[in-house]
Amino acid sequence: MSDAATAIKASEAGTDSAVAIVASRTSVTERILRVVIPVAMVALAIGLWQLHITVNNVPHYIMPAPLTVVTTLFTDWPTLYPSLLVTLRVTLLALALALIGGVGLAIILVQSKWIELAIFPFAVILQVTPMIAIAPLLIIYIKDPQTVLLTCAFIVAFFPILSNMVAGLKSVDHNLLNLFELNGASRWQTLIYLKLPSSLPYFAAALRIGGGLSLIAAVVAEFAVGSAGRGSGLAFRLLESGYRLNYPRLYAALVLLMITGVAIFALTSLISWLLLHRWHESALKREN
Amino acid sequence: MLALTDTTLAAAPATDTAKGRVLVSMRNVSKLFSNGTLALKDMTLNVQRGEFLSLLGPSGCGKSTALRIIAGLGEPSTGSIDWPSSQLDSRGKPKGDIGFVFQEPTLMPWATVFSNVYLPLRLSGVSKSDARPRIMDVLASVGLADFHKAYPRELSGGMKMRVSIARALVTKPKLLLMDEPFAALDEITRQKLNDDVLRLWRDSGITVIFVTHSVFESAFLSNRIVVMRARPGQVYSDLPIKTSLTRDSHYRTSEEYRATTDTVSRALQEAIEIGAAGK
Ligand SMILES: Nc1ncnc2c1ncn2[C@@H]1O[C@H](COP(=O)(O)OP(=O)(O)OP(=O)(O)O)[C@@H](O)[C@H]1O
Ligand SMILES: [Mg+2]
Repeated sequence: MSDAATAIKASEAGTDSAVAIVASRTSVTERILRVVIPVAMVALAIGLWQLHITVNNVPHYIMPAPLTVVTTLFTDWPTLYPSLLVTLRVTLLALALALIGGVGLAIILVQSKWIELAIFPFAVILQVTPMIAIAPLLIIYIKDPQTVLLTCAFIVAFFPILSNMVAGLKSVDHNLLNLFELNGASRWQTLIYLKLPSSLPYFAAALRIGGGLSLIAAVVAEFAVGSAGRGSGLAFRLLESGYRLNYPRLYAALVLLMITGVAIFALTSLISWLLLHRWHESALKREN
Repeated sequence: MLALTDTTLAAAPATDTAKGRVLVSMRNVSKLFSNGTLALKDMTLNVQRGEFLSLLGPSGCGKSTALRIIAGLGEPSTGSIDWPSSQLDSRGKPKGDIGFVFQEPTLMPWATVFSNVYLPLRLSGVSKSDARPRIMDVLASVGLADFHKAYPRELSGGMKMRVSIARALVTKPKLLLMDEPFAALDEITRQKLNDDVLRLWRDSGITVIFVTHSVFESAFLSNRIVVMRARPGQVYSDLPIKTSLTRDSHYRTSEEYRATTDTVSRALQEAIEIGAAGK
């Protein structure tokens, strides 16, 4: 008997348990499909790519086949791995600093509107100035290319986090603020027990945005600033392989960057889910 | 069952004068908002200990404003709030003596029912283990003992309101202020909660100021109804509600209740007309 028929039978019978069984079965199917569909689509795309290369006999110095890329990933691992570590280090360090700085400064800013008025112009000016335009300047003042990359990635990730957190800390339910005042809460208690928790959804958004941006900024800054030799990241490997027409390695570096991006996205999404899944609408399934 | 230690009534001398029984009084309170709205003008009101007082009046007459000023949320523009026999803290408010129930449940969505009720105690530095029996007690008294681990989103509107009431009662306040707490609820839930509030009031001897739009609700609950007029907001009439009947479902259908609602309706009607004329 098909699922649909079972469902009809069950609803005719009208017993709660039968209905519950049907409901849980659909949710299992749904859960499987949720994983299968995206994976299948990516596999299909890779398959088409491989097909295109094989059928049209595309030379690998124009576009390498997926299999070649995977092989290169292994053979060139000794070169690529240190670069991956460099890019990862810059990205994660920048994100961590941006989180600490952004949340910290947001807390200071919302303490008084005078502080906010005094500091916000700088925040806005730095935010609207394209990072790629100031990167060559930074390399003059900061000699170490690594530190320049870090600074660029930090600046880019910092402002979305700051403005999200300022918005979050200000969007506290006024009645809850009244309740805290009524119970004689100190400024500190209000921050810890009310303002920070209620800005968690904003923090989660800031985290996801900041994670993506800091990786992009780390790569873009390396393009702009350049770095050579020992401390070079994946962006440098991209450029270098391009000059040398070593396209398989270029693609391998690109794949590593993509995987890093996806991993950061998955990690930040997981963290935000952990923060919000118990209570916030954005993380809850609608159940009516 | 809720065991609020009734220091208020016990401390009151047997032969108290009318003045000695006053818990809080508004004296010639006016409130002018920064946008030029004169919400209250020369409002004077003495609230007796142990009283169940309803504030009734047309929308916008300043009931919420009056309640908030009594609670110390916002200063009066002129006039004063006096607590004749309460100990005041450094901010001039009676210490831990006020419970406030807002029109919305106003719960913290990220915290469980338990943590929400724990909040006022946590803010005054009571440890969780010390607070636990008290919290479970007060949750039981509003019929939610089994829900202490639930999150607000898992509760119905009426249950959220009960949590809000439990939170207001957990500090054993002398004065409970309620601002149209049940306005958003259906009639059945509302009657049930009315019964609960009455029982809590009777058992604990707490003083209640209850803001409502509903003549029926105020007549059912209160032993004193203060009808307010608008423009400017002040007391229009002050009606003691005396009955020998217990306030239960029989009372709701009694002749006496009907007569009371008639009187209150008439007073409210007059207050509305005067407010409209004074525009
Ligand atoms: N924060 C505020 N700023 C300016 N005016 C206000 C403010 N709060 C209230 N008012 C005005 O004060 C008057 C009284 O408001 P209040 O909320 O006390 O009325 P209310 O009797 O509680 O009305 P309702 O029954 O509709 O809740 C209204 O005219 C309102 O517009
Ligand atoms: Mg109101």
